[in-house]
Amino acid sequence: MKFKALTAIAALLIAPAAFAGGADDDTLTINGDLDMVTKTAAPDHLSDAFDEIISGWHFRSDETQQLQTDDFENQGMIFVDQAIDQWNTAEGSEGKSCADCHSDPADSMVGVAATYPKWNEEAGEMRTVQMQVNDCRTNRMGAEAWKYDAGDAVSMEALIASVSRGMPVDVAIDGPAADYWEAGKDIYYTRFGQLELSCANCHEQNYGNYIRADHLSQGQINGFPTYRLKNAKLNGSHSRFKGCIRDTRAETFSAGSDEFIALELYVKSRGNGLSVEGPSVRN
Amino acid sequence: MASGVKPRVKAPKKASAGEVVTIKTLISHKMESGQRKDGSGNVIPRSIINRFTCEFNGESVIDIVLAPAISTNPYFEFDATIPAAGDLKFTWYDDDGDVYEDTKSVAVG
Repeated sequence: MKFKALTAIAALLIAPAAFAGGADDDTLTINGDLDMVTKTAAPDHLSDAFDEIISGWHFRSDETQQLQTDDFENQGMIFVDQAIDQWNTAEGSEGKSCADCHSDPADSMVGVAATYPKWNEEAGEMRTVQMQVNDCRTNRMGAEAWKYDAGDAVSMEALIASVSRGMPVDVAIDGPAADYWEAGKDIYYTRFGQLELSCANCHEQNYGNYIRADHLSQGQINGFPTYRLKNAKLNGSHSRFKGCIRDTRAETFSAGSDEFIALELYVKSRGNGLSVEGPSVRN
Repeated sequence: MASGVKPRVKAPKKASAGEVVTIKTLISHKMESGQRKDGSGNVIPRSIINRFTCEFNGESVIDIVLAPAISTNPYFEFDATIPAAGDLKFTWYDDDGDVYEDTKSVAVG
């Protein structure tokens, strides 16, 4: 009897701390002047699942959140700086740099990250930012394509995202994109691996709860590429998908595969309305 | 020289005499601990920033010894009193003998 009573008291004491889940009510302002939309009404196609979509920023600790409020403390910006150097470096057989065609990314790349992945009519394919960069590299610069989600590629993606920060994510899901979007949605709701978990099991049905020590977010990718404290580098969304699927003990798709391009489009569309945050800081 | 090393400093350009200001510094550096092994089992030699100093007009403000367990891209934030106009000089010492420097002038007014 005594044991039971003690357990009950212990449970009461622990309860407030252990189950303080959910998104917090902080607001995100970057460099003191750029207000970000981190909570907003869910897009129409999601109205069955969510009333409100919430950036992953809200699910992180105050210390981690603070790192993203200042470009000096956001270590993702180190990689953006490296990408700016790369932007101005001529490469390949044509001897051209990104800057030769696109001049200043702060002008020419505004809004790009908000609308990708995007259907490319000419090529007849769905393109992510990294694919578009590689198309430029191989066809216009005569340079070698970067490996998907490798250092250079993801840093460049971060540079392109950084100039769109604060703009609402707005990817098109109709027209030619519809097939990819449906394919991505299928993957999102498919249970993978020995643990038989789908994306939705954690990020739709259990966001705000803890899975062991991890605070589950809605799995939004408006903040990608993301600087993660755990590996001290930028992480692309495909690498993140891969990590999640691996954790279900499944064979994963690879970064840059058709499956992940479709999934990126679908997951990004779930965040239509949130601000582009890349490069964000997460744990 | 280790690759991709770039020191950066955020300090106010202006302060009033005697004001306490916050200074932030960050240097991109891989901070290889010397404990890791590469693919073929050989130890990757240690390569870290082992000392960081800040001086104001030649007077020491802060002097820090760094150890191998400090993670990549070390960041320091500290307060300093600005008695008069002058230069803040920041110095990072690399294991391989390289020294990285940055200077910020602070006006008083």
